[in-house]
Amino acid sequence: MAEEQASNEAAAEPAKPESPAIEPATPDALTAAPIRSEPLPEPDMPLLRIEGVAKKFGNFRAVDHVTLDIRAGEFFALLGPSGCGKTTLLRMLAGFETPDEGRILLNGRDIAPVLPHERPVNMMFQNYALFPHLSVRDNIAFGLKRAGMARADIKTRVAEMVALVKLDGLEKRKPDQLSGGQRQRVALARSLARRPQVLLLDEPLAALDKKLRESTQAELMELQRRLGTTFIIVTHDQEEAMTMASRIGVMDAGRLDQVATPRDLYETPASRWIAEFVGDINLFEGQVGANEAGRLAVSTREAGTVYVAEPRDVPTKSVISVAIRPEKVKLSRRAPATDGIGARTFNCLEGVITDVGYLGGLTTYKVKLDSGAVVRSSMANTTRIVDAYTAGQRVVAWFTPDDCLVLEQ
Amino acid sequence: MSARRIFAGPARYAAIAPYLWMVLFFLVPFGFVLKIALSQTAIAQPPYTPVFDFWAGREATRAALGQLSLDNFRLLISDDLYFLSYLRSLIVALFSTAMLLLIGYPIAYGMARLPQRWQVIAMMLVIVPFWTSFLIRIYAWINILQHDGLLNTMLLKLHLISAPLVWLSTDTAMYIGIVYSYLPFMILPLFATLAKQDPALLEAAADLGASPRQAFWQVTFPLSLPGVGAGALLCFIPVVGEFVIPDLLAGSNALMIGQTLWLEFFTNKDWPVASAVAVVLLILLVGPLLLYERVQHRQLEAR
Repeated sequence: MAEEQASNEAAAEPAKPESPAIEPATPDALTAAPIRSEPLPEPDMPLLRIEGVAKKFGNFRAVDHVTLDIRAGEFFALLGPSGCGKTTLLRMLAGFETPDEGRILLNGRDIAPVLPHERPVNMMFQNYALFPHLSVRDNIAFGLKRAGMARADIKTRVAEMVALVKLDGLEKRKPDQLSGGQRQRVALARSLARRPQVLLLDEPLAALDKKLRESTQAELMELQRRLGTTFIIVTHDQEEAMTMASRIGVMDAGRLDQVATPRDLYETPASRWIAEFVGDINLFEGQVGANEAGRLAVSTREAGTVYVAEPRDVPTKSVISVAIRPEKVKLSRRAPATDGIGARTFNCLEGVITDVGYLGGLTTYKVKLDSGAVVRSSMANTTRIVDAYTAGQRVVAWFTPDDCLVLEQ
Repeated sequence: MSARRIFAGPARYAAIAPYLWMVLFFLVPFGFVLKIALSQTAIAQPPYTPVFDFWAGREATRAALGQLSLDNFRLLISDDLYFLSYLRSLIVALFSTAMLLLIGYPIAYGMARLPQRWQVIAMMLVIVPFWTSFLIRIYAWINILQHDGLLNTMLLKLHLISAPLVWLSTDTAMYIGIVYSYLPFMILPLFATLAKQDPALLEAAADLGASPRQAFWQVTFPLSLPGVGAGALLCFIPVVGEFVIPDLLAGSNALMIGQTLWLEFFTNKDWPVASAVAVVLLILLVGPLLLYERVQHRQLEAR
């Protein structure tokens, strides 16, 4: 009974933001609204609580004691390389796998005994899993018919969904008469038709080409914001996760390593592994030396002494890694002047450019230091005519202590 | 472009091969049968008239053509025997096909759900009986079904019956024989369509609120219909013309059309009537085949 009430509320709730769904949203409305959906104000209980969930396949730990709270209205991404357990975790939420240990609570209720076809959760499958013998309309109506909805209501809901994913005119087509992008939309419409409390998306964009993927990313975000449904997306593509999600959980070898907003994940990764998995990074291993006015002197073998601004208290003599993102490493022919007071010191590393990669918007450089280590730098091509550096040129790669990170593991 | 180039060369004549086969081994013999069906019986060698002799000149050939008639087909309509044989054949074939479907579908379904390695073994088990001659297997059934055969002995030992039952020379025995013999032809096409179904479809159905039973009837079964059609035709058509199984296992009170044909041909030595029976049988069977062809064609076009 409680569950039914909850689903009724969920069904009634999106009725409000529906009008902009039909009229095209004005540019004003688009800019006024936040692009990324912010989590709703924190209620006492998160919509979904995953408590110490573990799953083994034989001797393989697919999911290793994951604990995670997801709030209503979030766009959450589970990010990780293939085989990290993210899909298994998603399938446990959908009910296709049962956890060996731990609990999954939806609205505070354990959903372990609830069979997949009874969960107020829907999934968009990786290869869409559209029913090949049914038309677009019947694919979308499939879940509604199973729910015993009245025929007239099904008709309106299907029409609404078709309009939502812009498939007008294709209702009678069979899946194999559609393009990849259109199939993706049918899958999306089908999984949203029942107005689930949580929509699970398993690599929803993996089968699309790059251009289509980018436009679809924007549409998915817009859709999620409009409907207010909680989206949980599984992806191995860090750019995709960063672009769309309000929070990202990084998984590796079955464990949830870090849960953070895209910015925090990029700027303060919890470990070397995450730092390297999410974007590019330069890492220098070294020993912590003196702490001079909130600035650690780290003596590294590869880059000499590097100064790092580190608010935490890192014990002296401990071995850590200094991390710096390539776009924060600048190149110049001569070392930059410190300002007169000497408050700003830069870390300056001299070396020879070995590799130049021109990517249009930015150019990446590899600088081989005298120690033999390679530092990567990327600089935006902000002017059309650039006095570019070329391979073989001797340069100074420099960065501020504030841009450095200390990674202990 | 490249595909067109392949078919531009001599390779394109390869497409003629199946047609050549059809003409040589189907159309030409069918022409002979049709001609005999239009002839009259005669106590002669061959046992019918007229016999075409193209060396006898144009006049003689024209005279022979004039002697052809539809008398044999009129006989088929006037005598109940033939109509009843056809009817019995169709009923037996329909009933057998239905039973084969009911038994074969669960087996094929179970096979398709087996792990890959076991599927191969299951396939082998389905095919293995073919390594023994068909006739020997039917004779084996006679052994099993006879008065003091294996079946009666077993039922007696289990105290399920108190006296031996009559199995042999009944329709039950015939149906046992037909279902046993044709089961692989039903299972294999069904298995092929079921095994290639994406298991994610069932998960999608469950995700959208379908119970396992609903998922089967809404997704698995409709998607297996091409296999059902192929299996049903593969069984129905040969069962209509089946001769050996009803002859060895069924009683003699009602004949299937294959038996009637055999009687006309070998016992009555009436080649023309036997040929007429064969021609009508063929026409009866072409109907469902064309229907199946059309359905398949439409499915391909939809693709």
